[in-house]
Amino acid sequence: MSEAAATKGKLAIYWAASCGGCEISLLGIDTKILDVAEAFDVVFCPCIADGKVRDVEKMQDGEIDVCLFNGGIRTSEQEYMARLMRKKSKVLIAFGSCASEGCIPGLGNLHNRETIFEDSYQETASTDNPQRVRPQSVTEVDEGKLHLPVFYDTLKTLDQTVPVDYYLPGCPPESPRIWEAIEAIVAGKLPPPGAVIGEHTTVCDTCPRTRDEKKIKAFKRTWEVLPDEETCLLEQGLVCCGPATRAGCGALCPAVNSPCIGCYGPNQGVEDYGARLMSALASVIDSEDPEEIDQIIEQGIPDPVGTFYRFSLAASHLRRSKREVAAGNGPSAAAADVR
Amino acid sequence: MSEQKFEPKIVGFLCNWCSYRAADLAGSARIQHAPNVRIIRVMCSGRVDPSFVLKALAMGADGVMIAGCHPGECHYLEQNYKAMRRFGMLQHTLRGLGVEEKRVQLVWASAAEGQRLAEAIDQLVADVRELGPLHWAGNWEENGERLQALEDIVHEHQEAMEVTA
Amino acid sequence: MAEKVGVYVCHCGSNIAGKVDVEDVAKWAGENVKDVAVSRDYKFMCSSLGQKLVEDDIKEHGLTRVVVAACSPHLHEKTFRRACSNAGLNPYLMEMTNIREHCSWVHKDRAAATEKARALVSASIERVKFQEPLEPMFVDVNRATLVIGGGIAGLQATLELADAGYPVYLVERQPSIGGHMAQFDKTFPTLDCSACILTPKMSEVGQHENVTLLTYAELEEVSGSVGSFKVKIRQKARHVVFDDCTGCGICVEKCPRKVLDTEFEAGMGNRKAIYMPFPQAVPRVPVIDTESCIWFERQKCRACEKLCPTNAIDFDQQDELIDIEVGNIIMATGWEPFDTRKIPQYGYGRLANVYTSLEFERLCNAAGPTNGKIVLRDGKTEPKSVAIVHCVGSRDERHNPYCSGVCCMAALKLGHLVVEKTDAEVYSFYIDMRTNQKNYEEFYQRLLGEGMRFVRGKVAEVTDAARKPSEQGKLIVQCEDTLVGRQQRYPVDMVILMGAIEPQRDAREMGLKCGISCSMDGWYTERHPKLDPVATMTDGIFVAGTCQGPKDIPASVAQGAAAAARVSGMITKGKVMIEPIVAKIDEEGCSGCRICNNMCPYNAIEYDAEAQVSRVITALCKGCGTCVSACPAGVISGAHFSDRQIFAQIQGALWDAWQPQDAASQDAETVPVSAP
Repeated sequence: MSEAAATKGKLAIYWAASCGGCEISLLGIDTKILDVAEAFDVVFCPCIADGKVRDVEKMQDGEIDVCLFNGGIRTSEQEYMARLMRKKSKVLIAFGSCASEGCIPGLGNLHNRETIFEDSYQETASTDNPQRVRPQSVTEVDEGKLHLPVFYDTLKTLDQTVPVDYYLPGCPPESPRIWEAIEAIVAGKLPPPGAVIGEHTTVCDTCPRTRDEKKIKAFKRTWEVLPDEETCLLEQGLVCCGPATRAGCGALCPAVNSPCIGCYGPNQGVEDYGARLMSALASVIDSEDPEEIDQIIEQGIPDPVGTFYRFSLAASHLRRSKREVAAGNGPSAAAADVR
Repeated sequence: MSEQKFEPKIVGFLCNWCSYRAADLAGSARIQHAPNVRIIRVMCSGRVDPSFVLKALAMGADGVMIAGCHPGECHYLEQNYKAMRRFGMLQHTLRGLGVEEKRVQLVWASAAEGQRLAEAIDQLVADVRELGPLHWAGNWEENGERLQALEDIVHEHQEAMEVTA
Repeated sequence: MAEKVGVYVCHCGSNIAGKVDVEDVAKWAGENVKDVAVSRDYKFMCSSLGQKLVEDDIKEHGLTRVVVAACSPHLHEKTFRRACSNAGLNPYLMEMTNIREHCSWVHKDRAAATEKARALVSASIERVKFQEPLEPMFVDVNRATLVIGGGIAGLQATLELADAGYPVYLVERQPSIGGHMAQFDKTFPTLDCSACILTPKMSEVGQHENVTLLTYAELEEVSGSVGSFKVKIRQKARHVVFDDCTGCGICVEKCPRKVLDTEFEAGMGNRKAIYMPFPQAVPRVPVIDTESCIWFERQKCRACEKLCPTNAIDFDQQDELIDIEVGNIIMATGWEPFDTRKIPQYGYGRLANVYTSLEFERLCNAAGPTNGKIVLRDGKTEPKSVAIVHCVGSRDERHNPYCSGVCCMAALKLGHLVVEKTDAEVYSFYIDMRTNQKNYEEFYQRLLGEGMRFVRGKVAEVTDAARKPSEQGKLIVQCEDTLVGRQQRYPVDMVILMGAIEPQRDAREMGLKCGISCSMDGWYTERHPKLDPVATMTDGIFVAGTCQGPKDIPASVAQGAAAAARVSGMITKGKVMIEPIVAKIDEEGCSGCRICNNMCPYNAIEYDAEAQVSRVITALCKGCGTCVSACPAGVISGAHFSDRQIFAQIQGALWDAWQPQDAASQDAETVPVSAP
């Protein structure tokens, strides 16, 4: 046992702005978790075992072999932890959609701290907050200052915060894919750094539906049609994200007559998932009349950002919506001109 | 420096056959226009990917121009209709992200329309000038609280570690 | 390994250097932009010394990429690609930056122009680093050529090629070749009989062993590309079996149905329901006009069939689609006259004795409806005074802003014919007299001598409302004589309107079939207005004659010959280079979603149902890149215009803009993480 321990790798699993589904999925590898335990010592995983940040801080740099980091960076504490885990880990893996591309928490980038707080601590039906109390990041008490993490205006992906070695896509990553990744890590058969550990094609590749050329006169929402079970959902007018979404799930949603919503993120080499989908869907609109085109788009896709960037807004070129403060915030235009 | 006049930086994607040549023609005819548009040649407006526009905005452009042959006159027969559709889709999304519509404009100019292209450039520059700088990356900046909070964490943890267990 | 980029900034004399600080741009690029190994400015980069500079640096400094900031790539891209090639560098590793047409020529402010030039150069440098070596492709040139349009330009092109020994298909939509020139009486300034000089060419074409003449036929569809076009021609049903007809003309003679001939006779004369447009028609095979034929109208008659000595009449004949393959196409589709009814104040169609110039040509013509006698519509009265109105529908913002070019000379010619054949007084109402070709001005002088009267002014109105007895029964031309500065009324017997030359109504549609575009006015766009007026933007498609813009007979003939010479050259060479700018699908990555399948108007994308992937047929791809940006999976790449190249170019163009810096790089050192 002690000999084995010496050759065992050290694994850390950390959870930032995410729902915890990634951990559930990790446990979904079932009894293979025992194999994981055989190959690795789990040195830090607050989700399933007690552990202290100070223990990590005390480690040598690079002491952890692999860190699976799920969740985006929404608070100062999460940013600190991302930096810490980066420093202490040889290989840092953005584990799941949140860490890779922001995922659902990233849609918060359509808002900012103030509007999110307003919603969460004021506007919700169950909230009674006449004093308009808001979380404070610093509170003075007799013993000194108490700190709560600072909530950021913009959720950032892991690689917008620290350099990342590998990405494991999916919301959550499918258990078999996680196991394949772990096997690859154990066998040392990882792709070149910076790569996404996953398929190099899209969901359609695994979707059994029959596909034809596409001409779309109207985009429809799921409640508007009872889709035919044999033919491509997109051809039936449903906004199926399958063509733009990385394979890996086995086309689970189309298999149950529901369009792909894009949780596995963009295909290999794609920088902006939403742009791919936008471009592809617009390309097959069956009209040459600008007014009709606008009508098809506006009626069929009432929430374009939520449709095209449901999982990837934070990782998109623009990352978020425009904040009114943008122009006045940060380095001035003049400073940029000098550069 | 802030009182200095705002000079918009605009990226223009011009198709090789019509609008790029319109810009060439504007040149040979010495049709003066605003110097703010930096032209990138593509073979067809149908090549202009929404991601080009998004990238340009993210990289600091205050506006973007897409120009192609007139509908029905595409050098590649009908590809500018695809550009038209994608432009509609992109604008729809940009509206959702709060980007003012006039920052991104689609222009049709044939190879013979140097004047028209020059006017469209002037119009776009005037529109963007009125909207002001975009400075998209500024949207990503967190305020001073962030750095302070990060430093605070470091200090707190260091203090905590000095306490022997 | 980092690339070694050579940057060359051209002064173009003072064309660029006058407005852009070229030394500064070159120095800046050399000092500030990553991977720039050499950066120079030079007086004329396109000179042999300039090119040599590039070649020497490639060899000496081992440059792996070249950026030439000069004029438009449409002018000198080939030049600098060749220079790179000469020095052993793949020509597609060179990028041109347009700092003349797009910069120095259009901006007044030197600082702003220099700033823009820097940005454009920066964009090119970033782009060129990602450019990839490409190998041009070569295809064989089919020796056959398609000429569309059998007017004088098309005839000339056809004969030039056929005489050179190359097969030519000549397609003409009318029943006979000859075009508008066949309708004219005389030609200016020599006053040659139009038919006399045209018909020998027509019969030569008709009998030429290398010419396949397809009259009464229309272009249906063009596919393929330079070197090997596949063309579908619709041979409209003549209802006369071509090979059986001897052209004896008995059918025409015996046909009982007479109709107004609005085509060849411009409405001035009649023809039969079965007809040849004019006596010298080539081919001498009539057609049945099914609109007016009694048989087609009420299933009676068939006189022609009964009387045809060779049983050549076939009432059941159907349109036929003919497939041909050619290497090049010459468009010589010609023009049509402006509809003078659009200017109602000139009275055409309302006032009997207002004529169009084409009507008057037929009136003058010895083979025309009056055997060449100039008479009014009553068929007998010779006019005592004739007004010729210039610029009807041309040089007119409401109709066509352009100058039709030939009308002044045509008006002089018609004036001469009136003077020659009648005793009438002739007035010419002109805005400017344009007689700027060889011997044209002399012709004008001759008419001045012959007593033709010239009034400089734009005619306001032609009316029959007399104000005084001397105007009774006359047409009164109201015009300000701008040389006298007074409104005048000119009572005349006959008015001739010199209608504008307009593009064929379906020119745009025809152009689209071949993949060439029109100007806003509807004329086909040549590749370069000065240096390449014969080629178009589509390789292998050439233009000749008035379809490219108004021009007279000598210019049409010259352009027809020039187009033929260009085609001849390509055939002689045997192979043509095709830009390797094509799309490619990574089949491993393709999921077969089929979004791209209907993106290509050239059908260059095929779907392999077996393998469930889409493929680009390289030979058909024209490189527009539309499928590249349509691919949701990002697995279609566009050579020479890849995402990476364009992203880099965007970033370079915005080098001075406010670009993002990520926390990942920005704060790496500034924000500490607790040490143990």
